[in-house]
Amino acid sequence: MREFIDGAEAIARGALDAGCTFFAGYPITPATPILLHMIRELPKVGGVAIQAEDEIASLGFCLGAAMTGARAMTATSGPGIALYSEHIGLAIMGEVPLVIVNVQRMGPSTGGATTTAQGDIQFMRWGTSGGYPVIVLSPTDVRDCYRLTGRAFDLAERFRVPVFLATDKDTVATRATVDLAAYERVPVRERPLADPAAPFVPYRAAHLDDVPPLAHIGGPHLVRFTSSSHDERGYLTKNPPDVDRLNRHLAAKIEAHLDEIALVESDLQDGAETLVISYGITARPAQEAVRTARAAGRRVSSLVVRSLWPVPEAAIRAALASVRRAVVVELNLGQYRREIERLARGEQEVSGVHRVDGTLIGAGEILTEGGLA
Amino acid sequence: MAEMLTTYLNESLLPLPFCPGCGHSAIVKHLDAALVKLQLDPRQVVLVTDIGCQGLADRYFDTNAFHGLHGRSVTYATGIKLVNPDLKVIVLIGDGGTGIGGHHLLNAARRNMGITVLVFNNLNFGMTGGEHSVTTPPGARTTTTRYGHLERPLDLCATVGVNGAGFVARTTSFDKNLPDLIATAIQHDGFALIDIWELCTAYFVEENRFNRTLLERAMDELGFTTGVLYRHNGPEYSRAARAALSDQRGKPTLPPQPLTPRYTSAVETAVHCAIAGAAGAKIGSAAGIFCQGAILAGLWATQRSDYPVTVKTGHSVADVVLSRDDAFHVGTTPPDQMIVLFPEGLHKERGRVARLGPQATLFIDAALPPVETAARVVPLDFSGTRQKKEAWAMMAIAAMLEHTGLYPLDALREAAALRQAFAAQNLAAIAEGVALVGRG
Repeated sequence: MREFIDGAEAIARGALDAGCTFFAGYPITPATPILLHMIRELPKVGGVAIQAEDEIASLGFCLGAAMTGARAMTATSGPGIALYSEHIGLAIMGEVPLVIVNVQRMGPSTGGATTTAQGDIQFMRWGTSGGYPVIVLSPTDVRDCYRLTGRAFDLAERFRVPVFLATDKDTVATRATVDLAAYERVPVRERPLADPAAPFVPYRAAHLDDVPPLAHIGGPHLVRFTSSSHDERGYLTKNPPDVDRLNRHLAAKIEAHLDEIALVESDLQDGAETLVISYGITARPAQEAVRTARAAGRRVSSLVVRSLWPVPEAAIRAALASVRRAVVVELNLGQYRREIERLARGEQEVSGVHRVDGTLIGAGEILTEGGLA
Repeated sequence: MAEMLTTYLNESLLPLPFCPGCGHSAIVKHLDAALVKLQLDPRQVVLVTDIGCQGLADRYFDTNAFHGLHGRSVTYATGIKLVNPDLKVIVLIGDGGTGIGGHHLLNAARRNMGITVLVFNNLNFGMTGGEHSVTTPPGARTTTTRYGHLERPLDLCATVGVNGAGFVARTTSFDKNLPDLIATAIQHDGFALIDIWELCTAYFVEENRFNRTLLERAMDELGFTTGVLYRHNGPEYSRAARAALSDQRGKPTLPPQPLTPRYTSAVETAVHCAIAGAAGAKIGSAAGIFCQGAILAGLWATQRSDYPVTVKTGHSVADVVLSRDDAFHVGTTPPDQMIVLFPEGLHKERGRVARLGPQATLFIDAALPPVETAARVVPLDFSGTRQKKEAWAMMAIAAMLEHTGLYPLDALREAAALRQAFAAQNLAAIAEGVALVGRG
């Protein structure tokens, strides 16, 4: 049996199957359909969905809800991410598990509301003060929207960090055929909670990269949560050793676990000269271009990156090592190409197929502009 | 609780960190007295603090504490309350926070969110250096109003009061009844706010030779009366929202609408069909039925939509790709079959029409002006139809299917009947559409 659904519905279903119990959002094209689904569906599972007064409140509601025991999600587009910025920082600092869906549209500013783009790739990573890491996943199609929403909740719970789902107008609004048996359901990770019988120290962790267990506001422990640099008790501090440990912890809990987060589809061919690197909406045309080139007798490798941040460096380096040149396909002027160039260290020639006119990149363009024709 | 709590303050951390004579110390002690009076379980109390000197207060309490960003305290309080309506959520905010976060304050009041907001209103920004705030009285000197303040202060109580707050009071930090007033506000089941005027000894007092008498005189001159100003018992939002939606509980969420292939199609290589028309003319709906029909015929379909931000004006274009395999097509190839209806559709797609190759077929409303194209043209004459324009896309799709034989018309008919409410009109449109062309 098959169904005909769009990415927005797949994301909503993925969230519900991941145990999402709270959603707050503000209408914005092209993310609104996710808000509408969650408003309609969450009451059915006893959850709460609300249209907030603005994007700042949307994420603020999610922060309060998550610390009170909810699995929270919000959805917006680039201009909304701009308004989320300060609360993304708070989610990082307070170590709040939540999922942020970014349905990318053409920027800068209001740009093109109904026009697809991948212009927020660096913005999601560096979109708040301080520079500490977040996780960004990017689904390539409708079925992937379902799976990666589940994975986003899983990683949010695992690392107590905001996880972005980097989609775009065409991934979310395009309707596609999905075989019902082909949906991959990510097992729901129980939130690690502090022992109700033992004394609770809100941010105590044995090792720098350990994630402290949560206690919910209203539960058995008194919870202390703060946006300010804090010691393990959650008290504001300027004591350099405490501040140093906190900040190194926020980085280490992600960066020491790259292998746990990495989601990369490597399709490498022996003797290939070129590696085509793609993500999100460009992945399917890129894979089609690779198939076409191979059918024409060329040897070509493909790498689809589904976990954009933290950069899955080991997999990318391994793929680069086997080729002479890499072509990065993206709907921006080279945002992820920067990361590939950094990893190539000049040993491979890195070029890109980029488009910022609001239209999509087709397999044909990838073949010609990527030097595969 | 078995034992009476005599304080909610963590006495090991005292004294409080505020300047000598600062009203914050008094308000914090009054809040403690109110909590003692109510004997609430500390685990059921959440102090949400804003940015500014009052934001230092939460650490001294042995309750839950949530310290966040400037002006946003009300948003966290709302999220907490929405998830657990049993909690007593108390927001400590400065006059600065009520300015930058005014939008949240207003909306929490309007919703009647069951939170208690205590405004530490010392008429200026104490933490950053004595700048003016939304409550600074006219004529006052601050570090950003060196020649006297020109703006009118915000009447916080009236603002939230006329917009739905159920309990609103104004007083000063010198008020001996403040513990009782705070306790009443906490017990109020709905949005409560107390605007507490006080002295900032670091800046406002020094800049304006200010004191208690002048504070009270300023309130008088502004007509900002003290006491309980608004009181009513409307439904508290977090509980009311749950109650209103309780009948939804247990209903199935987003159940799939399964389509089981039971027809066959001769399509071998992917076929791209573009359907261009006007917004409001059900282009997307008809294209969706076309796709569902294709799925019933064993094909894989994707449908990409293009439209302006407006809803019922301008163009609406659906790009449909049918293929034998599970591919996620996004419409990057030139169309093999193209339907153009209405002036809006032609206006949007004149370029693609002109680029169509000789292998493509263009199904075009015969009433539209002539177009330049290399494609084979099949004119569709709608002049004799009594179908509404909203049905023309369905008719044109039926005509295209009849002409091309991409998949059986019976599959389209079955898809068209999936939504019962529209089945009869869709089937009528298909019947008339087929009659528009003979098989080519």
